[in-house]
Amino acid sequence: MIEIKNITKSFGEQSVLKGITATFMEGKCNLVIGKSGSGKTVTLKAMVGLVEPDEGDVLYDGRSFTNMNFKERKSIRREIGMLFQGGALFDSLTVEENIRFPLDMFTTMSLAEKVDRVNFCLNRVNMINTNRKFPGELSGGMKKRVGIARAIVLNPKYLFCDEPNSGLDPKTSIVIDDLIKHITEEYQMTTVINTHDMNSVMGIGDHVVFLHEGLKYWEGSHKEIMQITDGELFDFIFASDFLKDLRRKATL
Amino acid sequence: MTFLEEIGGYLIMIRHAFSKPEKTAMYSKETFRQMADIGVGSLPIIAIISTFIGAVTAVQFSYQLKSIGLVPMWWMGSIVRKGLILELAPTITALLLAGKVGSNIATELGSMRISEQIDAYEIMGVNTRSYLVGPKILAALVVVPMLIVIAVALGILGGWAGGVLGHFFTTAEYVRGLQDNMKSWDVVVMFIKCFFFAFIIASVPCYKGYTVSGGALEIGRASTQAVVLTSIFLIIVNFFIAFFLLDSSGG
Ligand SMILES: Nc1ncnc2c1ncn2[C@@H]1O[C@H](COP(=O)(O)OP(=O)(O)O)[C@@H](O)[C@H]1O
Ligand SMILES: [Mg+2]
Repeated sequence: MIEIKNITKSFGEQSVLKGITATFMEGKCNLVIGKSGSGKTVTLKAMVGLVEPDEGDVLYDGRSFTNMNFKERKSIRREIGMLFQGGALFDSLTVEENIRFPLDMFTTMSLAEKVDRVNFCLNRVNMINTNRKFPGELSGGMKKRVGIARAIVLNPKYLFCDEPNSGLDPKTSIVIDDLIKHITEEYQMTTVINTHDMNSVMGIGDHVVFLHEGLKYWEGSHKEIMQITDGELFDFIFASDFLKDLRRKATL
Repeated sequence: MTFLEEIGGYLIMIRHAFSKPEKTAMYSKETFRQMADIGVGSLPIIAIISTFIGAVTAVQFSYQLKSIGLVPMWWMGSIVRKGLILELAPTITALLLAGKVGSNIATELGSMRISEQIDAYEIMGVNTRSYLVGPKILAALVVVPMLIVIAVALGILGGWAGGVLGHFFTTAEYVRGLQDNMKSWDVVVMFIKCFFFAFIIASVPCYKGYTVSGGALEIGRASTQAVVLTSIFLIIVNFFIAFFLLDSSGG
């Protein structure tokens, strides 16, 4: 479980997060949704310390991340996996070397053990036999899968995904969503996913946090979200007038 | 960002670049990779340019000395050698590397920053300043002096070829000059320059690339700025080293 408490963050004059409090549950896909520019990425990065929040606290199973020194943070980071928006694979390394990197850097496993683990993770994301390929040779969806494999290679307790579907076609998006959901349940990870994709919300949104103008505007499950009939969240979900019409007709 | 903030950021980066590595094997692997990148990639162009610089130095100086007429032509060996060691080889090699290696480094780190690869390392708990910047500086400190020594050697060969082909001096005269008036201090000064130059060539572009924010356009801008700044620093440092280390009595 991860709790964020009253997180604020400004860049110069611009106040991006104005005090966000939320809880993200273990074994669930916790979605952070909102318009683009609403502060989803900043929230995620503040949680993992890539952005330093101005105020507030982040608790990893009760352990306060914000008050930790550099060394303590590092040990928490061993428990964190992160999938970045474009995959963020290391260009100069092959797929295998990418996934092996955390093992090379932080474990004393033998090469054979490491390769075993890499292949296990590649298999988990349906990417076997791509070991020797370079990131430049992969499609967007494949990059995300390798990114997931790399994120889970050290068996993290916490998984963060920034817009896992951006730039993917709808079908591939669903494959990636399902993959994240299955892995989350299988390893009982606390998974936090940024998205503005309503398909993801309906498909895997066990717990949804809606950000609007730097504040948490709404929090609930994807079942509850369909009950919404008004307000900013309604506008966000049913972005087009066409959808709004459909929704209204459905409730009549 | 103000100028002082930039300087502060640069110094902090340098300090972290040499903090204790997590796993020495990974860092030395990265250092060797950088050495190959800097060295192998730059060798051909440095070879060509230093050979011709040596040749043109021999031809031009011989031409001038001949027209004065009072100086024996065997001096040319010494003139070419000294010119190459003290000034031409280090400075021209360094400026070339500033353009080639400097823009490579800034572009590489800049695109790693924009594509969140640096964040990806950080999230794993890797100290990116020490893992990405440290090996580049170390590699430059090893490879740049080697390249400059090669440039001196090839420049001397070029000088011989240019002078002999132009009938300015004979091989025997040139060799006599090369052996004359040898000062080890000159070589010491050259290596001091190498050290400073290597450091500048790697660290300034690292800083520019590491701190990019925005998009592809900013990477290009950072890369250009890196080359310009590196070149300016090189030339200024070059002057001060000569100014303080070469005294007016001539040795
Ligand atoms: N490093 C930064 N410096 C300045 N402004 C930033 C920075 N990162 C994000 N912002 C601003 O914060 C706001 C929220 O950004 P972000 O969290 O990326 O939105 P999104 O919800 O699309 O992920 C945007 O207006 C963005 O311009
Ligand atoms: Mg975002």
